[in-house]
Amino acid sequence: MKKMITIMIVAVLALSMLAGCGINKAVGSVATDGSTSMEKVIGALGEAFQNDTGISFTYNPTGSGSGIKAVQDGRCDIGLSSRDLKDEEKAAGLTGTVLAYDGIAIIVHPENPVSDLSVENIAKIYTGEITNWSELGGNDVEIVLIGREAGSGTRDGFESITDTEDACRYRQELTSTGDVITTVSQNPGAIGYASVASVKDTVKAVTVDGIAPAEATIKDGSYVVQRPFVLVTKSDAELSEAAQKFFDYITSADANEIIAAAGVVSAN
Amino acid sequence: MLLGLITVCCVLLITVYLVISGIPAIREIGLVNFLFGKEWASTASDPKYGILPFILTSVYGTAGAILIGVPVGFMTAVYLSKLAYPKVKSVMQFAVSLLAGIPSVVYGLVGMLVLVPGIRKIFNVPDGASLLAAIIVLAIMILPSIIKMSITALDAVPKEYEDASLALGATPIETYFKVSVPAAKSGIAAAVVLGVGRAIGEAMAVMMVAGNVPNMPDSLFQSVRFLTTAVSSEMAYSSGLQRQALFSIALVLFLFIMLINATLNFFLKREKE
Repeated sequence: MKKMITIMIVAVLALSMLAGCGINKAVGSVATDGSTSMEKVIGALGEAFQNDTGISFTYNPTGSGSGIKAVQDGRCDIGLSSRDLKDEEKAAGLTGTVLAYDGIAIIVHPENPVSDLSVENIAKIYTGEITNWSELGGNDVEIVLIGREAGSGTRDGFESITDTEDACRYRQELTSTGDVITTVSQNPGAIGYASVASVKDTVKAVTVDGIAPAEATIKDGSYVVQRPFVLVTKSDAELSEAAQKFFDYITSADANEIIAAAGVVSAN
Repeated sequence: MLLGLITVCCVLLITVYLVISGIPAIREIGLVNFLFGKEWASTASDPKYGILPFILTSVYGTAGAILIGVPVGFMTAVYLSKLAYPKVKSVMQFAVSLLAGIPSVVYGLVGMLVLVPGIRKIFNVPDGASLLAAIIVLAIMILPSIIKMSITALDAVPKEYEDASLALGATPIETYFKVSVPAAKSGIAAAVVLGVGRAIGEAMAVMMVAGNVPNMPDSLFQSVRFLTTAVSSEMAYSSGLQRQALFSIALVLFLFIMLINATLNFFLKREKE
């Protein structure tokens, strides 16, 4: 019994020494804070960065507003915001660098004859002002609104772009992009929204004001149902060495593949 | 002994944790506003935390599932226990066990792909994801527990009772329904309570077919949200008071289930006596 305890203690000590080596290799750390919608992309980038450099990376999903506040207070290195900085925030000494654009596709059943909607009409549909596809030149079918659960980044993005916050009259609130796509593909009257990268052939993505959602149209801003993912830093203070490394890493062309894999369009 | 203690500790830990994390939100929102508020808008700029729609949906959904599931399950149990040939019985019991083993996400998926579009077409409504779809899925899900427990109860009825009844000139059917069933009634009641417990605690399958919009359940075709799905659908992104309120919902659900368990124990005890 005593022998076993000794062996175990030795093993633990040996392991902790190995772990110690790992920590010594890292120089500093990077703290990010902000938008929950950016979780997927920033998580993938952080992981790759950590693997490549050994610098530890943390991400605190608090929301765009709190992320911006956190940079201002110096509680994190880089703030994450899924909207452009407001003028007063810029005046307060913050700089925004667009990392990527998140395009949201408006999807309908493939047999739905309606293939173009204006942002205004989308808002009217979701607030319940337009309730039948015939009002938009489609078949006489009641419109079924499919959306995401409260707190979802896609829902938050969609509602802020179409200016329908807290006003959407959903028929179904689903908890994943896949569920939204499946449900829309099953119902001829359904309309839903999903991240552009995840849209499949089973549904039809409508054009918005005549512009189809694609990488090019999202990047040049002509497809309007989109929002930027912004890295927020202080204009006057320099980043720490580790944070600067991270910043350069994620805005370099090398990171494009990771950004694309996370379903958004890289800005660089 | 040690393993038993671990189980007890887990239960205690969960209970204490739920109570501790569930109380603050109820305090802040107010018990009456929380339990009887008709509106839930947790992320709105002026948030509302009323869970009456969830409570009613869970109650209606469970009641509906019992209304459909109990007669079907009960009749199946009587047939299997008393009338079926041994071979038929073993095959059907195997099928029932299989039904019990299907994961709830599969029920949900089949419901989403078959039942929901089916309801939309049959009843000619814009969308099939509704209270009705959830009730049907739940009714099927509670069948195995009801059938199995009822069979056990019916099998345990002493053969002498039935023989006596038959000897007095009653037909077999009369005997089963007027002698065997009353003799097994507390076991069957326990089966029903078990079904209620299963139905009220189910989250995954109903989340996929019920639509999840926090409406008051005033129609069978309404898109509704259950207590369980209210917790699970918003937990991932929640923060602050919203998160605490979700724990409070879990606490309410926990109390419901405790109540059901107490009822179950009551019936089981009576059966023993």
